[in-house]
Amino acid sequence: MLDITLSVLIILGALFTLIGSLGLVRMPDFYTRLHGPTKATTIGVGSLLIASMLYFSTQTNSWSLHEVLVTLFLFITAPVSAHLLSKAALHLRVRSVVEPPPLMTATADDSEFTTAAPPLNPSPAPQPTAHHSP
Amino acid sequence: MLMLNTALAVAFGCVTAAIGLTVWRLLIGPDQPDRILALDTLYINAIALLVLLGIQFNSALYFEAAILIAMMGFVGTVALCKYILRGDIIE
Repeated sequence: MLDITLSVLIILGALFTLIGSLGLVRMPDFYTRLHGPTKATTIGVGSLLIASMLYFSTQTNSWSLHEVLVTLFLFITAPVSAHLLSKAALHLRVRSVVEPPPLMTATADDSEFTTAAPPLNPSPAPQPTAHHSP
Repeated sequence: MLMLNTALAVAFGCVTAAIGLTVWRLLIGPDQPDRILALDTLYINAIALLVLLGIQFNSALYFEAAILIAMMGFVGTVALCKYILRGDIIE
């Protein structure tokens, strides 16, 4: 019974990891590519860690809690790094398959927002010139 | 035990294929964020491989490496993203 549970968890985790990396390769642009690894891979590694926790807990007849640390760390840091990556991509104006939202810049009266849109879609991503944006 | 060994072999194949695909994206990735994302995925796949190795060789030592890779990989991703966003890492 334990063997079956362990095998199912291991196969599930490995398949999810593979699917996440497959999405990284197959998706058309960066913003869709971001979905594959940051979700599927987290679930894949989580299920592998549960399998490992079960295995070592039954091998040594005591609770094995190292894996909880890795799981906790991955589950906390994966959304943060995905958020930072999408912010970096928006900063570089990486090419997208859909029209990205226009840049919002505040004018003098703070109720008005104007759209300052640089040429977006067909042109390659411009290199950032001003590093310290106000 | 035979079932577990077969599952482990299949899982090693899957994770290795995942690492290969990620390295492919790291090589061809057209923009800088693509490459950072590939590196991010690569360290998570490395953690998966280390956990599998820990089960295979029945050794808890691999977890220390997994924890270290998890922490250092996150710091690396954040540093690269901050470099793109601000042009500087520690301001």
